[in-house]
Amino acid sequence: MPAVSKGDGMRGLAVFISDIRNCKSKEAEIKRINKELANIRSKFKGDKALDGYSKKKYVCKLLFIFLLGHDIDFGHMEAVNLLSSNKYTEKQIGYLFISVLVNSNSELIRLINNAIKNDLSSRNPTFMCLALHCIANVGSREMAEAFAGEIPRILVAGDTMDSVKQSAALCLLRLYKTSPDLVLMGEWTSRVVHLLNDQHMGVVTAAISLITCLSQKNPDEFKTCVSLAVSRLSRIVSSASTDLQDYTYYFVPAPWLSCKLLRLLQCYPPPEDGAVKGRLVECLETILNKAQEPPKSKKVQHSNAKNAILFEAISLIIHYDSEPNLLVRACNQLGQFLQHRETNLRYLALESMCTLASSEFSHEAVKTHIETVINALKTERDVSVRQRAADLLYAMCDRSNAKQIVAEMLSYLETADYSIREEMVLKVAILAEKYAVDYSWYVDTILNLIRIAGDYVSEEVWYRVIQIVINRDDVQGYAAKTVFEALQAPACHENMVKVGGYILGEFGNLIAGDPRSSPLVQFNLLHSKFHLCSVPTRALLLSAYIKFINLFPETKSTIQEVLRSDSQIRNSDVELQQRAVEYLKLSSIASTDVLATVLEEMPPFPERESSILAKLKKKKGPGAVSVNELEEGKREGGELNGGGERGGDSSTSAVGSTPSPSADLLGLRAGPPVTAAAPSAGSLLVDVFSEAGVNDDGFLRFVCKNNGVLFENQLLQIGIKSEYRQNLGRMYLFYGNKTSVQFVTFTTTLNVQAKPVEPLIEGGAQVQQVINIECLTDFSDAPLLNIKFRYGGALQNLTLKLPVTINKFFQPTEMASHDFFQRWKQLSLPQQEAQKIFKANHAMDTEVLKAKLLGLGMALLENVDPNPENFVCAGVIQTKAQQVGSLLRLEPNAQAQMYRLTVRSSKDTVSKRLCELLAEQF
Amino acid sequence: MIGGLFIYNHKGEVLISRVYRDDIGRNAVDAFRVNVIHARQQVRSPVTNIARTSFFHVKRSNIWLAAVTKQNVNAAMVFEFLYKMCDVMTAYFGKISEENIKNNFVLIYELLDEILDFGYPQNSETGALKTFITQQGIKGQHQTKEEQSQITSQVTGQIGWRREGIKYRRNELFLDVLESVNLLMSPQGQVLSAHVSGRVVMKSYLSGMPECKFGMNDKIVIDKQGKGGTTDEPGKSGKQSIAIDDCTFHQCVRLSKFDSERSISFIPPDGEYELMRYRTTKDIILPFRVIPLVREVGRTKLEVKVVIKSNFKPSLLAQKIEVRIPTPLNTSGVQVICMKGKAKYKASENAIVWKIKRMAGMKESQISAEIELLPTNDKKKWARPPISMNFEVPFAPSGLKVRYLKVFESKLNYSDHDVIKWVRYIGRSGIYETRC
Repeated sequence: MPAVSKGDGMRGLAVFISDIRNCKSKEAEIKRINKELANIRSKFKGDKALDGYSKKKYVCKLLFIFLLGHDIDFGHMEAVNLLSSNKYTEKQIGYLFISVLVNSNSELIRLINNAIKNDLSSRNPTFMCLALHCIANVGSREMAEAFAGEIPRILVAGDTMDSVKQSAALCLLRLYKTSPDLVLMGEWTSRVVHLLNDQHMGVVTAAISLITCLSQKNPDEFKTCVSLAVSRLSRIVSSASTDLQDYTYYFVPAPWLSCKLLRLLQCYPPPEDGAVKGRLVECLETILNKAQEPPKSKKVQHSNAKNAILFEAISLIIHYDSEPNLLVRACNQLGQFLQHRETNLRYLALESMCTLASSEFSHEAVKTHIETVINALKTERDVSVRQRAADLLYAMCDRSNAKQIVAEMLSYLETADYSIREEMVLKVAILAEKYAVDYSWYVDTILNLIRIAGDYVSEEVWYRVIQIVINRDDVQGYAAKTVFEALQAPACHENMVKVGGYILGEFGNLIAGDPRSSPLVQFNLLHSKFHLCSVPTRALLLSAYIKFINLFPETKSTIQEVLRSDSQIRNSDVELQQRAVEYLKLSSIASTDVLATVLEEMPPFPERESSILAKLKKKKGPGAVSVNELEEGKREGGELNGGGERGGDSSTSAVGSTPSPSADLLGLRAGPPVTAAAPSAGSLLVDVFSEAGVNDDGFLRFVCKNNGVLFENQLLQIGIKSEYRQNLGRMYLFYGNKTSVQFVTFTTTLNVQAKPVEPLIEGGAQVQQVINIECLTDFSDAPLLNIKFRYGGALQNLTLKLPVTINKFFQPTEMASHDFFQRWKQLSLPQQEAQKIFKANHAMDTEVLKAKLLGLGMALLENVDPNPENFVCAGVIQTKAQQVGSLLRLEPNAQAQMYRLTVRSSKDTVSKRLCELLAEQF
Repeated sequence: MIGGLFIYNHKGEVLISRVYRDDIGRNAVDAFRVNVIHARQQVRSPVTNIARTSFFHVKRSNIWLAAVTKQNVNAAMVFEFLYKMCDVMTAYFGKISEENIKNNFVLIYELLDEILDFGYPQNSETGALKTFITQQGIKGQHQTKEEQSQITSQVTGQIGWRREGIKYRRNELFLDVLESVNLLMSPQGQVLSAHVSGRVVMKSYLSGMPECKFGMNDKIVIDKQGKGGTTDEPGKSGKQSIAIDDCTFHQCVRLSKFDSERSISFIPPDGEYELMRYRTTKDIILPFRVIPLVREVGRTKLEVKVVIKSNFKPSLLAQKIEVRIPTPLNTSGVQVICMKGKAKYKASENAIVWKIKRMAGMKESQISAEIELLPTNDKKKWARPPISMNFEVPFAPSGLKVRYLKVFESKLNYSDHDVIKWVRYIGRSGIYETRC
């Protein structure tokens, strides 16, 4: 219980709180609170004026009740009254109540703002501080609107007290964070930057938070802060521990300020001015030196403060990435922490090392710690630290130590924590591929990987093995031998069976010479696993069997027997059944030549970025991948795959390196996918092409309707709304960003005129583009829309047909039966008529047909055709140059599910185009 | 079956813990405390499932009784048992309070051993229990072998609720019809829902093994007799008989006989017990009518006038009448004027409580109150909770009448006429509310 002093303490409040705490049950508490609320209500009723003390007391009680979780719906007025009191305690309670309880849309906000304004303009520093704190605590947009103009003035005014300046800086920071558009620094910028020179350390600390935040948004305006920050930093760093008196924390001079300064500097590139840079390097050196000095105190606070500065300095060094000397020193100092007692320090050291490893200057230095890191991976008790160790191993890996690192990671995988296994597997797979000199080593590694952690090996990993084995002649035999041996284990993982099935199916002949792995032995080995596998694997195995028939004709009868068995040919799974039936027929009917052609060895896969890498990036989310990693992938990729037949040059792999979730490995326009000749397991391997070429089905959907979604993939959704009148039309295109990352340099080009679109689409946002369309003459090709934008650094390119078709400019014409036939006869020239007979794509529903024809834009004429089943339409196409009358007749045949469509119009191109368009619709 | 039984005080401290089965671990005790007693939001369901363990709880004042099981038990049975357990404890040491439980914990463990065996409920009849679980030290030397064997034969015998050889000088029998009437009425006086739940409680001091037969104005029985050609006028019998919606009996009642003849015959336990429970929903006599009048005068004032009318024979007297008029949450002051009784604004309960000691039938009384309100910036309107009422009247609002209670004892020499019988009707309010 709080001590109750006679003068200022509120006895009533203390009694009330102790009552509540002594309540035996919740009910009792509610009763006590109800009683108190009734009491306060009767006091606030306004019969007689309350003095400030009791007002304060009751407001305080209300606040307490509110904090206990009960609703308070009165007393706001009294709290606002307290604001105008002259006593500090009363004012303080008033502000407290308001910052806790008043919501922004309250009617009282005007009164509150007024009170705050009075306090801000008063000369009393404590009152000003209270007001500033209140603004920052509420921090609403309204507050920003009311005070964003005033606070900078207080902040830079010469006569403001230091404590008020501190509050003002932090308050402004808060407002800037909530509504950056309202806080305009403009004229104050340079004066705010000069706060870094302030005598008072507190002011500097507060101001630097503000400046850091502001400079992140517009770095150019605050560029001048760099030199000031450097000089400030050097003054602190070079000062003796006693110089700064109040701001020395356990013998470390101003640790918070130093950290903030270093962080501010990380917003900018290295200073260009040589003197400044020299001074900064000197500072950083001093910091590194100081960290080496023996500790001045055994207290943990001392080392914490020192290390905080050190780590911040190291991240600055890494950020600059230009001082080899410093980078190596930093690396060495971090190395000492790798074996520190403190777990947190080890974690931080590993994390910083990870970034150091990616710098070319310090990569070698990091590599010297490999033993320690491996040791950490094995012995560390905290899983998050082990994760960091694994990350660091991944980062420091290069050709020289790849074998060692991969071996260590593999051996660790057996005992690794479940949460990091999948990521570890991916990393091992990538490293093995990236630094493979000897492909037999690669195959061994991956097969080991599947054996050790089969459950965590994703599809991409084994796809990749197969791609590589197929592309490299020299390892095929070895791979076949190794998988054969691996499959002999009594229990092997399904992924292993998949790889085994595929490789033996392709290259089983390479090891068939050995009697221990004769064709029949191979087959029996594979088939012994068949019944333990899931449906997709079984399908793959069936394909392997048919390939066996091709490779080893002597196995034909055995395999046909297997295919013919009821469990295959009558399998309840459609896919398996189909494969069994088809393969059986294929093997019994086709001649050996045909078989050999159909079941030829798979052609090499086109070179592309590793799908595994894409997967790892996806796991970490876009942006989490360091640029360096990408570059490295490219650099190393060139050397690695140099021997092999590379499909494209390096630019193809660059296109593929989009971290887009589609994980398409070739980019958009990389040619048609290499599909397997037979419906073999090859289909499993082909990476999905999400959109190739121009969208045609999206386009056709819009022939009979005007609104809808034109295009959609994982990144972008394009919606369309359009309206047409005579020969004019207007189309609204809505580009919706489906990701959380913004698209930059978003441009659309149309082979007709269009208003430019906003170049930037925020994550999750939508922008609109309006296109005005005028039909000059009849046409058959739709306008093309080309969309380009950058997503996460990668350029995306998209070409779409705009759904503008000739029928959009139809003007419906009503006419009677004989008029129609008269005109029909007039348009009897053979080139004026276009006719098409086609099969129905959709069910023949009269209502749906009617709706579609109406959507086409023509008038649907009832009671014209003698056969009521038939549909007859008439309309005039309006173009600027001329008007083209068109007549249409659609004759459905329900039995045959066929349509006959006849279009006659005064212009032959129009009839033809209409006929083409419509034929796809029914 | 019940795996364990725990009793907690209001803080969630365990007072009694008895585990009957191994599948209930020690952590079950904490699970209930954490998830139910100390739950952030009040748990309203009496059955809580935590990690495949079911907790059935009842609360008596500040004491929680929780039965725990891992099996799929009959929840109604478990609650019946818990209620019975409360009755037994009340019969042994009075009110169930923390202090009483602490003082009698040995006794409670003894009782728990007796009335639950491996989680299966056993004889929980207080009368029978009191013969062998006593509070007065060890009576071993007084108990003869004969008595002991008698207890055994009684507990294991067919009529477990009554021992043989009871003798009274005066054969007396008390019968209480206790009813609680529940009502929800619209402001206009329309009955929205009403039902009576009643109990017939008996206290019997009869010698030997008497056979009793209880008769009441049950509609089915009366109609059957009417068909038989009695002289009752049809209109009169229709008015006087009541339709019982459902009823349950004490285990002593022969249910087969009730099913076939709808007659209630039984060998009563000695002492006090509840013979039957029933519920009716038709033709209920509502003892009081509440007429509310609420007028809002501006934003800061509310005028409330409530009239209550008693609606029964003028010769009867209702007692312990209490009307509870809820006040808005922003009430800042209340002035009350009433002719009869005492009225008071209770801020802690947000209500005006008006108490009248006695009131005869066919009278009316009124109260008027001025409520001052504090203007708030909350736009929410006051929800106007209903006005509730409590009372006690000396008749059965359901219209139930005891027609007869006959006692036959063939072996001993007394007849029905020699038994002194007392019948009493008490009607109480259950949830008796009128919307305003």
